[in-house]
Amino acid sequence: MGKYILEMRNITKTFPGVKALDNVNFRVIPHHIHALVGENGAGKSTLMNILSAVYPHGTYEGDIVVDDEVCVFRSIKDSEAKGIAIIHQELALIPSLSIAENVFLGNEQTDKGLIINWDKTRTKTIEMLKKVGLDERTDTKIKDIGLGKQQLVEIVKALAKDVRLLILDEPTAALNDKDSDHLLDLLVDLKAHGITSIIISHKLNEITKVADEITILRDGATIETLVKGVDDISEERIIKSMVGREIVDRFPKRQNKIGDILFEVKNWNAFDPLDSEKQVIRDVNINVRKGEVVGIAGLMGAGRTELAMSLFGKAYGTKITGKIYKSGEELDLRDVSDAIAKGIAYATEDRKTAGLILIDDIKRNITLSSLHSLRKKSMVIDDNLEIKVGEEYRKKLNIKSSSILQKTGDLSGGNQQKVVFSKCIFSDPDILFLDEPTRGIDVGAKYEIYTIINELVEKGKSVVMISSELPELLGMCDRVYVMNRGMIVGELKASEASQEKIMQFIMQSNKEVLK
Amino acid sequence: MKRIKSLLRGNIRQYAMIIALVVVVVIFEFLTKGILLKPLNISNLIQQNAYILILAIGMLLCILTIGNIDLSVGSVVGLVGALSAIFVLKLNMPIWISIVLSLMAGFLIGAWQGVWIAYIGVPAFIVTLGGQLIFRGLTMVALQGTSLAPLPTSYTFLAAGFVPDIANIEGINLLALLFGAVASILFIINEINKRRSKKKYNFDVPSIGAFLFKLFAITAVIMAFSYALALYRGIPTVLLIVVALVLIYTFVTDKTIPGRHIYAYGGNPKAARLSGIKTKRVLFWVYVNMGVLAALAGIVFTGRLNSATPKGGYGFELDAIAACFIGGASTTGGIGTVVGAIVGGLLMGVLNNGMSIMGVSIDWQQAIKGFVLLIAVGFDVISKIKSKV
Repeated sequence: MGKYILEMRNITKTFPGVKALDNVNFRVIPHHIHALVGENGAGKSTLMNILSAVYPHGTYEGDIVVDDEVCVFRSIKDSEAKGIAIIHQELALIPSLSIAENVFLGNEQTDKGLIINWDKTRTKTIEMLKKVGLDERTDTKIKDIGLGKQQLVEIVKALAKDVRLLILDEPTAALNDKDSDHLLDLLVDLKAHGITSIIISHKLNEITKVADEITILRDGATIETLVKGVDDISEERIIKSMVGREIVDRFPKRQNKIGDILFEVKNWNAFDPLDSEKQVIRDVNINVRKGEVVGIAGLMGAGRTELAMSLFGKAYGTKITGKIYKSGEELDLRDVSDAIAKGIAYATEDRKTAGLILIDDIKRNITLSSLHSLRKKSMVIDDNLEIKVGEEYRKKLNIKSSSILQKTGDLSGGNQQKVVFSKCIFSDPDILFLDEPTRGIDVGAKYEIYTIINELVEKGKSVVMISSELPELLGMCDRVYVMNRGMIVGELKASEASQEKIMQFIMQSNKEVLK
Repeated sequence: MKRIKSLLRGNIRQYAMIIALVVVVVIFEFLTKGILLKPLNISNLIQQNAYILILAIGMLLCILTIGNIDLSVGSVVGLVGALSAIFVLKLNMPIWISIVLSLMAGFLIGAWQGVWIAYIGVPAFIVTLGGQLIFRGLTMVALQGTSLAPLPTSYTFLAAGFVPDIANIEGINLLALLFGAVASILFIINEINKRRSKKKYNFDVPSIGAFLFKLFAITAVIMAFSYALALYRGIPTVLLIVVALVLIYTFVTDKTIPGRHIYAYGGNPKAARLSGIKTKRVLFWVYVNMGVLAALAGIVFTGRLNSATPKGGYGFELDAIAACFIGGASTTGGIGTVVGAIVGGLLMGVLNNGMSIMGVSIDWQQAIKGFVLLIAVGFDVISKIKSKV
């Protein structure tokens, strides 16, 4: 065996308009736990998706070398044949099937041909469940066990395929601390049994605890690899490396006058609609002033989207409690149309599945929220007026398209986002919640989006901006709230905010929960 | 040439179905040795298919909402037909009251299913499959297993009658001709207005030659059609009902807020909800509407048959669903037009009628109709894949 179990050499991956990975080099020593860290969008998941052939050979540049041999991975089967298995954040288990059935799914234990040998399946499953310390019957259904145990089943599933290199993408993001600890101990244990793992995580405390090596990615490039026992691997050191970039002038300047408090939320609580025991938003208090851009920072799963949507006419959540005030007046928003009528707009983070009607044209998408303002009489839409509105927004927001009759499904991401913005702005809101407004958009279009936001606040509107890109929040916001585990864990003015401070707030609150 | 191609591509589904309808008509005109387009048979065709066309309009709205279908409409036709016959024959109610009560029954049936589908969240497939059994069963209970007949002529007038002529000229019906002329003029004015407003906003319009050809072709069809009606007994009453429904529903789906909400919901329910559309309410009213139209179809069908039978309306849901899909509605919702559904319904109707005249047995008719449905939707799916590449 060579020095490295895995080498990824000069990997470059381009998506339309974006270079997700730029000449990345990544080496893993056998029988180590290797951590891969970086901000959201730094390219960690892309890199692992290349390794597990989610992006097959030929869609990227560079080489994957396993045991000193250059490999061509055309499908997940190829990478599995080399003993590489990836466990995604979204678990790939089938809830209605049993543990044993899931473990051997696609890898069924057969006698001859197509007949499954259930005895063999069960015995093998029992054996492996013991190995990972999971005390469950093999015929228990996946939906009846908790997330922590499901994660273990995923690992068992990988072990069943004789895995040598296990990749875990944010394995502990959704786990409680006991389950997280158990999982990390298991990784250390597997290491002793000769299984190498790569762990992608935001929880730096966990990484410093178990990782032998830490590779840091930033903006699609490898920054450095820190080795335990050789380099300083303190959290501060890692954070510095993760975010340490100079902010060049990527953000347009604005002259906004910040006025009185326009919008205020008091003691806001919400629960998961699918699991009404699980509290997603805890006691949130925030306020937004007139003409202000307020950011909400946080990691994935911190509850930012859930907060914004629950405020937007209870579009998310159940058992919602708390109070919303606008211009000092309490609002009772029963549904989305109430929220829109009261001057609130929400631009979703997921424009394709929840923001646009892709089979409809630009103008029909723009006017959808505010058809009543196009009325000729009672329920009849004034076509001419609708066309005028469509043209107006197409020009104003510079939506690049053949005409307002072009289907939004055929537009680029940036232009789709401009249509979503147009829809929000046309409903004439006083406050706009913009959820990941620049996700998946190239740099030029980002600048345009920022300019639109600036124009809005210059006109006296208020903007709440949710973003996983910290530089964007720092560049655009007058004030930033930091959110973690459904709570507001910090508040920073633009002048005092920094990426380190935001990350520290998050790490601090994680530590408090650990205690 | 490029422009023609791009225009054709945008409307290929609608044009394809109209072309298919014309081709089928021509083929059957030939195969039936000219019987298909005889004035008597044209009137027949309309009266035979009116209730399917009425159902297809309601069904289209259901299908527009994420491809939901209503499997219960055949049974609702049967039940409402039975109820209206009971109102008239057993309870001796005046015709208009029994019609109003029958439509209200349809409203209640639609509301019942709408609550289950929209507010309780049971899949439409299940609710309406249940409805199919429930309402068929109730039809049999109401009729106690036998038929109710005959109905008074004032009742059957709606389905089998003709609008009285305004003048008394031997051999030709003046009202039908007048009707055709007015329809042609209104059509031409409407088309010119549409073209003018499109030009005003610099949208692509077909060349003036193509435009004039279209005006000429459709006007010619309308006039030929009304001439054929005039040669027989004039305008069937039920044609007025269908034309009125087509105009009303085209207007509602095209030009009004509720119509837009239906398309938006079918196009992307999540985005529609986040745009402030009360999606449950949309779904509820679509099924109420279906109930009312199914009731109307029940009244028309019973009048045409001149009796209410326990098996009345059996299998109609499938014809109505097929009409919508043949007419270009998408199985996933959000795409489809009222006119498309009518064209689809007519295509099925001409197939039925033509094959019956030719003496094709009912079993072969079924098989051929199934095949046509498959080809039509298959063609649609393939053309969609191609346009993506």
